[in-house]
Amino acid sequence: MLNFIWVLLIVSSVIMSFVNGTEAAVAASIAVSANQAVNTAISLIGIMTLWLGIMRIAECAGFIALFAKLVAPVMEKLFPEVPTDHPAMGAMILNIAANMLGLNNAATPFGLRAMEELDKLNQHRGIASDAMCTFLALNTSSVQLIPMTAIAILAANGDSAASDIVVPVLIATTCSTIVGIVIVKWLAKRKLFRIEPAGTNDAA
Amino acid sequence: MMLHSWITITSNAILFSFIGAIPLVAWLKKIDVFATFTEGAEEGFHIAVKIIPYWVGFWVAMNMFRAAGGFAALETLLSPLLNCLGFPLPLLPLTLIRPFSGSASNSILADIAHTYGGQAKVSHMAATMMGSTETTFYVVMVYFAAVGISRTRHAIPAGLIADATGVIAAIMVTHWFY
Repeated sequence: MLNFIWVLLIVSSVIMSFVNGTEAAVAASIAVSANQAVNTAISLIGIMTLWLGIMRIAECAGFIALFAKLVAPVMEKLFPEVPTDHPAMGAMILNIAANMLGLNNAATPFGLRAMEELDKLNQHRGIASDAMCTFLALNTSSVQLIPMTAIAILAANGDSAASDIVVPVLIATTCSTIVGIVIVKWLAKRKLFRIEPAGTNDAA
Repeated sequence: MMLHSWITITSNAILFSFIGAIPLVAWLKKIDVFATFTEGAEEGFHIAVKIIPYWVGFWVAMNMFRAAGGFAALETLLSPLLNCLGFPLPLLPLTLIRPFSGSASNSILADIAHTYGGQAKVSHMAATMMGSTETTFYVVMVYFAAVGISRTRHAIPAGLIADATGVIAAIMVTHWFY
Protein backbone atom coordinates (compact mmCIF):
# COMPACT_ATOMS: atom_id res chain seq x y z
CA MET A 1 0.00 0.00 0.00
CA LEU A 2 2.76 2.40 1.03
CA ASN A 3 4.88 1.51 -2.00
CA PHE A 4 1.87 1.78 -4.29
CA ILE A 5 0.85 5.23 -3.05
CA TRP A 6 4.39 6.52 -3.29
CA VAL A 7 4.93 5.34 -6.86
CA LEU A 8 1.44 6.51 -7.83
CA LEU A 9 2.10 10.04 -6.52
CA ILE A 10 5.40 10.37 -8.36
CA VAL A 11 4.43 8.76 -11.68
CA SER A 12 1.09 10.53 -11.90
CA SER A 13 2.83 13.85 -11.13
CA VAL A 14 5.23 13.34 -14.05
CA ILE A 15 2.41 12.43 -16.45
CA MET A 16 0.16 15.27 -15.27
CA SER A 17 2.98 17.79 -15.51
CA PHE A 18 3.13 17.15 -19.27
CA VAL A 19 -0.65 17.17 -19.69
CA ASN A 20 -1.08 20.37 -17.66
CA GLY A 21 2.13 21.98 -18.88
CA THR A 22 3.45 22.29 -15.34
CA GLU A 23 6.81 20.55 -15.90
CA ALA A 24 8.76 23.59 -14.79
CA ALA A 25 6.87 23.85 -11.51
CA VAL A 26 7.19 20.13 -10.81
CA ALA A 27 10.90 20.12 -11.60
CA ALA A 28 11.44 23.07 -9.29
CA SER A 29 9.39 21.46 -6.50
CA ILE A 30 11.67 18.41 -6.39
CA ALA A 31 14.78 20.16 -5.14
CA VAL A 32 12.87 22.67 -3.01
CA SER A 33 10.81 20.08 -1.18
CA ALA A 34 13.74 17.72 -0.57
CA ASN A 35 15.50 20.63 1.03
CA GLN A 36 12.37 21.59 2.99
CA ALA A 37 11.98 18.05 4.32
CA VAL A 38 15.50 18.00 5.74
CA ASN A 39 15.11 21.48 7.21
CA THR A 40 11.86 20.54 8.93
CA ALA A 41 13.39 17.34 10.27
CA ILE A 42 16.44 19.18 11.56
CA SER A 43 14.30 21.85 13.18
CA LEU A 44 12.49 19.06 15.05
CA ILE A 45 15.64 17.41 16.39
CA GLY A 46 15.88 19.80 19.32
CA ILE A 47 12.32 19.39 20.54
CA MET A 48 12.41 15.62 20.05
CA THR A 49 15.63 15.29 21.98
CA LEU A 50 14.17 17.41 24.78
CA TRP A 51 10.87 15.56 25.11
CA LEU A 52 12.34 12.09 25.07
CA GLY A 53 14.79 13.23 27.75
CA ILE A 54 11.90 14.47 29.90
CA MET A 55 10.02 11.26 29.20
CA ARG A 56 12.95 9.17 30.47
CA ILE A 57 12.91 11.13 33.74
CA ALA A 58 9.15 10.60 34.03
CA GLU A 59 9.70 6.90 33.47
CA CYS A 60 12.38 6.62 36.14
CA ALA A 61 10.31 8.60 38.63
CA GLY A 62 7.41 6.19 38.15
CA PHE A 63 5.00 8.77 36.73
CA ILE A 64 4.35 6.87 33.57
CA ALA A 65 3.68 3.59 35.36
CA LEU A 66 1.24 5.42 37.63
CA PHE A 67 -0.54 7.06 34.72
CA ALA A 68 -0.56 3.80 32.78
CA LYS A 69 -2.25 2.04 35.70
CA LEU A 70 -4.93 4.73 35.77
CA VAL A 71 -5.95 4.25 32.14
CA ALA A 72 -5.11 0.53 32.06
CA PRO A 73 -8.72 -0.70 31.74
CA VAL A 74 -9.18 1.22 28.47
CA MET A 75 -5.69 0.56 27.10
CA GLU A 76 -5.90 -3.19 27.80
CA LYS A 77 -9.12 -3.38 25.80
CA LEU A 78 -7.58 -1.49 22.88
CA PHE A 79 -4.20 -3.25 22.94
CA PRO A 80 -4.78 -6.76 24.30
CA GLU A 81 -1.37 -7.95 23.03
CA VAL A 82 0.63 -5.27 24.88
CA PRO A 83 1.42 -5.92 28.59
CA THR A 84 0.29 -3.06 30.86
CA ASP A 85 3.79 -2.46 32.24
CA HIS A 86 5.48 -2.50 28.81
CA PRO A 87 7.28 0.76 27.83
CA ALA A 88 5.14 0.85 24.66
CA MET A 89 2.04 1.49 26.81
CA GLY A 90 3.64 4.51 28.49
CA ALA A 91 4.82 6.02 25.22
CA MET A 92 1.40 5.51 23.58
CA ILE A 93 -0.40 7.10 26.53
CA LEU A 94 1.92 10.11 26.42
CA ASN A 95 1.45 10.44 22.66
CA ILE A 96 -2.33 10.38 22.97
CA ALA A 97 -2.26 12.80 25.90
CA ALA A 98 0.01 15.22 24.03
CA ASN A 99 -2.27 15.05 20.99
CA MET A 100 -5.36 15.73 23.08
CA LEU A 101 -3.70 18.77 24.61
CA GLY A 102 -2.54 20.06 21.23
CA LEU A 103 1.17 19.67 22.08
CA ASN A 104 1.97 18.44 18.57
CA ASN A 105 5.73 18.82 18.87
CA ALA A 106 5.74 16.60 21.92
CA ALA A 107 3.37 14.05 20.38
CA THR A 108 5.69 13.03 17.51
CA PRO A 109 8.68 11.86 19.60
CA PHE A 110 6.39 9.95 21.98
CA GLY A 111 4.67 8.37 18.99
CA LEU A 112 7.92 7.31 17.34
CA ARG A 113 9.15 5.87 20.64
CA ALA A 114 5.86 3.96 20.96
CA MET A 115 6.33 2.51 17.48
CA GLU A 116 9.85 1.34 18.32
CA GLU A 117 8.60 -0.34 21.48
CA LEU A 118 5.64 -1.92 19.64
CA ASP A 119 8.08 -3.24 17.05
CA LYS A 120 9.91 -5.13 19.81
CA LEU A 121 6.65 -7.02 20.41
CA ASN A 122 6.06 -7.49 16.68
CA GLN A 123 6.25 -11.11 15.52
CA HIS A 124 6.51 -10.30 11.81
CA ARG A 125 9.42 -8.12 10.68
CA GLY A 126 8.39 -5.39 8.25
CA ILE A 127 4.67 -6.05 8.68
CA ALA A 128 2.48 -3.82 10.82
CA SER A 129 1.08 -5.51 13.94
CA ASP A 130 -2.55 -5.12 15.05
CA ALA A 131 -1.40 -2.96 17.95
CA MET A 132 0.48 -0.61 15.58
CA CYS A 133 -2.55 -0.19 13.33
CA THR A 134 -4.83 0.46 16.30
CA PHE A 135 -2.36 2.97 17.69
CA LEU A 136 -2.17 4.80 14.36
CA ALA A 137 -5.94 4.83 13.97
CA LEU A 138 -6.24 6.30 17.45
CA ASN A 139 -3.52 8.79 16.62
CA THR A 140 -4.96 9.92 13.29
CA SER A 141 -8.47 10.29 14.70
CA SER A 142 -7.21 11.78 17.94
CA VAL A 143 -9.54 13.61 20.26
CA GLN A 144 -8.46 17.23 20.35
CA LEU A 145 -9.36 19.29 23.37
CA ILE A 146 -7.67 22.51 22.23
CA PRO A 147 -7.61 23.18 18.44
CA MET A 148 -5.28 26.13 19.01
CA THR A 149 -4.11 26.80 15.44
CA ALA A 150 -7.61 26.74 13.97
CA ILE A 151 -8.85 29.13 16.68
CA ALA A 152 -5.94 31.47 16.02
CA ILE A 153 -6.66 31.53 12.27
CA LEU A 154 -10.36 32.33 12.77
CA ALA A 155 -9.53 35.01 15.34
CA ALA A 156 -7.00 36.59 12.96
CA ASN A 157 -9.79 36.94 10.39
CA GLY A 158 -12.16 38.89 12.57
CA ASP A 159 -14.01 36.21 14.52
CA SER A 160 -14.43 37.58 18.02
CA ALA A 161 -15.78 34.27 19.32
CA ALA A 162 -13.39 31.89 17.56
CA SER A 163 -13.08 29.61 20.56
CA ASP A 164 -16.73 28.67 20.06
CA ILE A 165 -15.43 25.92 17.80
CA VAL A 166 -14.12 24.01 20.84
CA VAL A 167 -17.41 22.21 21.48
CA PRO A 168 -18.15 21.34 17.81
CA VAL A 169 -14.57 20.07 17.41
CA LEU A 170 -14.96 17.94 20.52
CA ILE A 171 -18.17 16.38 19.17
CA ALA A 172 -16.79 15.84 15.65
CA THR A 173 -13.51 14.41 16.86
CA THR A 174 -15.27 12.06 19.27
CA CYS A 175 -17.30 10.72 16.32
CA SER A 176 -14.15 10.16 14.25
CA THR A 177 -12.35 8.47 17.16
CA ILE A 178 -15.22 6.06 17.80
CA VAL A 179 -15.51 5.22 14.10
CA GLY A 180 -11.71 4.90 13.83
CA ILE A 181 -11.52 2.37 16.67
CA VAL A 182 -14.49 0.31 15.47
CA ILE A 183 -13.18 0.26 11.88
CA VAL A 184 -9.59 -0.61 12.78
CA LYS A 185 -10.73 -3.51 14.96
CA TRP A 186 -13.11 -4.73 12.28
CA LEU A 187 -10.62 -4.43 9.41
CA ALA A 188 -7.93 -6.31 11.40
CA LYS A 189 -10.00 -9.48 11.11
CA ARG A 190 -10.82 -9.15 7.38
CA LYS A 191 -9.15 -11.58 5.03
CA LEU A 192 -7.48 -8.83 2.99
CA PHE A 193 -5.58 -7.47 5.98
CA ARG A 194 -5.19 -10.45 8.30
CA ILE A 195 -1.67 -11.72 8.99
CA GLU A 196 -1.49 -15.32 7.79
CA PRO A 197 0.84 -17.80 9.52
CA ALA A 198 4.46 -17.50 8.34
CA GLY A 199 5.15 -18.80 4.84
CA THR A 200 1.93 -17.74 3.15
CA ASN A 201 1.35 -14.56 1.23
CA ASP A 202 -1.53 -12.19 1.65
CA ALA A 203 -2.41 -9.04 -0.18
CA ALA A 204 -1.80 -5.71 1.48
CA MET B 1 -12.07 36.14 23.49
CA MET B 2 -12.34 35.34 27.22
CA LEU B 3 -12.39 31.63 26.53
CA HIS B 4 -9.62 32.10 23.99
CA SER B 5 -7.16 33.57 26.48
CA TRP B 6 -8.27 31.07 29.09
CA ILE B 7 -7.35 28.26 26.69
CA THR B 8 -3.91 29.78 26.03
CA ILE B 9 -3.22 30.04 29.74
CA THR B 10 -4.36 26.45 30.34
CA SER B 11 -2.25 25.00 27.56
CA ASN B 12 0.83 26.87 28.76
CA ALA B 13 0.16 25.69 32.29
CA ILE B 14 0.02 22.10 31.06
CA LEU B 15 3.26 22.58 29.13
CA PHE B 16 5.04 24.06 32.12
CA SER B 17 3.83 21.36 34.45
CA PHE B 18 5.17 18.71 32.08
CA ILE B 19 8.58 20.33 31.87
CA GLY B 20 8.77 21.70 35.41
CA ALA B 21 7.10 19.21 37.71
CA ILE B 22 8.60 16.05 36.24
CA PRO B 23 12.28 16.91 36.85
CA LEU B 24 11.49 18.47 40.24
CA VAL B 25 9.66 15.48 41.64
CA ALA B 26 12.23 13.09 40.17
CA TRP B 27 15.01 15.10 41.82
CA LEU B 28 13.17 14.98 45.16
CA LYS B 29 13.00 11.20 44.70
CA LYS B 30 16.83 11.26 44.52
CA ILE B 31 17.00 10.32 40.85
CA ASP B 32 20.12 11.37 38.94
CA VAL B 33 17.93 13.68 36.82
CA PHE B 34 20.43 15.16 34.39
CA ALA B 35 22.08 11.85 33.48
CA THR B 36 18.63 10.30 33.03
CA PHE B 37 17.58 13.21 30.85
CA THR B 38 20.58 12.97 28.54
CA GLU B 39 20.18 9.21 28.26
CA GLY B 40 16.60 9.58 26.97
CA ALA B 41 17.50 12.66 24.94
CA GLU B 42 20.19 10.74 23.08
CA GLU B 43 17.58 8.25 21.97
CA GLY B 44 15.35 11.11 20.81
CA PHE B 45 18.21 12.51 18.78
CA HIS B 46 18.77 9.20 17.02
CA ILE B 47 15.08 8.79 16.19
CA ALA B 48 14.92 12.31 14.77
CA VAL B 49 17.91 11.74 12.50
CA LYS B 50 16.78 8.28 11.44
CA ILE B 51 13.48 9.51 10.00
CA ILE B 52 15.03 12.12 7.68
CA PRO B 53 15.24 9.83 4.58
CA TYR B 54 11.58 8.78 4.97
CA TRP B 55 10.59 12.37 5.45
CA VAL B 56 12.37 13.41 2.23
CA GLY B 57 10.73 10.60 0.25
CA PHE B 58 7.25 11.53 1.42
CA TRP B 59 7.62 15.27 1.15
CA VAL B 60 9.07 15.23 -2.41
CA ALA B 61 6.32 12.92 -3.74
CA MET B 62 3.59 15.01 -2.09
CA ASN B 63 4.93 18.31 -3.40
CA MET B 64 5.48 16.97 -6.92
CA PHE B 65 1.84 15.88 -6.97
CA ARG B 66 0.75 19.28 -5.73
CA ALA B 67 2.89 21.22 -8.21
CA ALA B 68 1.72 19.04 -11.10
CA GLY B 69 -1.87 20.03 -10.35
CA GLY B 70 -2.85 16.66 -8.89
CA PHE B 71 -5.01 18.05 -6.13
CA ALA B 72 -6.67 20.46 -8.55
CA ALA B 73 -7.42 17.54 -10.90
CA LEU B 74 -8.97 15.55 -8.06
CA GLU B 75 -11.10 18.56 -7.18
CA THR B 76 -12.49 18.85 -10.72
CA LEU B 77 -13.10 15.13 -10.75
CA LEU B 78 -14.91 14.99 -7.42
CA SER B 79 -16.80 18.27 -7.30
CA PRO B 80 -19.87 17.29 -9.41
CA LEU B 81 -20.49 14.22 -7.26
CA LEU B 82 -19.92 15.99 -3.96
CA ASN B 83 -22.05 18.92 -5.05
CA CYS B 84 -24.96 16.52 -5.60
CA LEU B 85 -24.48 15.19 -2.07
CA GLY B 86 -24.67 18.71 -0.63
CA PHE B 87 -20.99 18.91 0.31
CA PRO B 88 -19.83 22.55 0.64
CA LEU B 89 -17.40 22.87 -2.30
CA PRO B 90 -15.14 25.55 -0.75
CA LEU B 91 -14.08 22.83 1.71
CA LEU B 92 -12.95 20.37 -0.97
CA PRO B 93 -9.30 21.53 -1.37
CA LEU B 94 -8.87 21.39 2.40
CA THR B 95 -10.44 17.91 2.58
CA LEU B 96 -8.08 16.58 -0.10
CA ILE B 97 -4.83 18.01 1.20
CA ARG B 98 -5.53 17.48 4.90
CA PRO B 99 -4.32 13.83 5.03
CA PHE B 100 -1.00 14.84 3.45
CA SER B 101 0.18 18.03 5.03
CA GLY B 102 -0.59 19.96 8.20
CA SER B 103 1.13 23.16 7.12
CA ALA B 104 -0.49 23.19 3.65
CA SER B 105 -3.94 22.63 5.16
CA ASN B 106 -3.36 25.40 7.70
CA SER B 107 -2.65 27.82 4.86
CA ILE B 108 -5.80 26.68 3.02
CA LEU B 109 -7.82 27.24 6.20
CA ALA B 110 -6.31 30.72 6.49
CA ASP B 111 -7.31 31.31 2.86
CA ILE B 112 -10.91 30.25 3.49
CA ALA B 113 -11.14 32.40 6.63
CA HIS B 114 -9.68 35.34 4.72
CA THR B 115 -12.02 34.97 1.73
CA TYR B 116 -15.27 34.33 3.60
CA GLY B 117 -14.44 36.05 6.91
CA GLY B 118 -13.68 34.42 10.26
CA GLN B 119 -17.32 34.41 11.33
CA ALA B 120 -18.71 32.75 8.18
CA LYS B 121 -20.29 29.34 8.53
CA VAL B 122 -17.95 27.80 5.97
CA SER B 123 -14.91 29.13 7.88
CA HIS B 124 -16.22 27.53 11.06
CA MET B 125 -16.79 24.26 9.24
CA ALA B 126 -13.22 24.36 7.91
CA ALA B 127 -11.77 25.16 11.34
CA THR B 128 -13.80 22.40 12.98
CA MET B 129 -12.63 20.01 10.27
CA MET B 130 -9.00 20.86 11.01
CA GLY B 131 -9.57 19.88 14.62
CA SER B 132 -11.40 16.64 13.90
CA THR B 133 -9.07 15.23 11.20
CA GLU B 134 -5.39 14.38 11.01
CA THR B 135 -2.51 14.20 8.52
CA THR B 136 -3.10 10.47 8.10
CA PHE B 137 -0.70 9.74 5.22
CA TYR B 138 2.04 11.75 6.82
CA VAL B 139 1.65 10.04 10.22
CA VAL B 140 1.46 6.57 8.69
CA MET B 141 4.50 7.17 6.45
CA VAL B 142 6.73 8.64 9.13
CA TYR B 143 5.67 6.39 12.04
CA PHE B 144 5.92 3.16 10.08
CA ALA B 145 9.10 4.24 8.32
CA ALA B 146 10.79 4.81 11.67
CA VAL B 147 10.50 1.09 12.43
CA GLY B 148 11.00 -0.18 8.89
CA ILE B 149 7.43 -1.35 8.24
CA SER B 150 6.52 -1.51 4.54
CA ARG B 151 3.32 -3.53 4.78
CA THR B 152 0.96 -1.20 6.58
CA ARG B 153 -2.10 -3.50 6.37
CA HIS B 154 -5.31 -1.73 7.39
CA ALA B 155 -3.73 1.38 8.94
CA ILE B 156 -4.34 3.66 5.91
CA PRO B 157 -7.95 2.61 5.16
CA ALA B 158 -8.84 2.90 8.86
CA GLY B 159 -7.18 6.31 9.16
CA LEU B 160 -8.92 7.62 6.04
CA ILE B 161 -12.34 6.37 7.13
CA ALA B 162 -11.79 8.09 10.50
CA ASP B 163 -10.80 11.27 8.64
CA ALA B 164 -13.86 11.12 6.39
CA THR B 165 -16.02 10.71 9.50
CA GLY B 166 -14.30 13.76 10.98
CA VAL B 167 -15.09 15.81 7.85
CA ILE B 168 -18.75 14.78 7.73
CA ALA B 169 -19.18 15.23 11.48
CA ALA B 170 -17.56 18.69 11.32
CA ILE B 171 -19.97 19.81 8.59
CA MET B 172 -23.04 18.41 10.34
CA VAL B 173 -22.15 19.62 13.82
CA THR B 174 -21.31 23.15 12.59
CA HIS B 175 -24.55 23.21 10.61
CA TRP B 176 -26.40 22.32 13.76
CA PHE B 177 -24.57 24.75 16.08
CA TYR B 178 -24.47 27.72 13.73
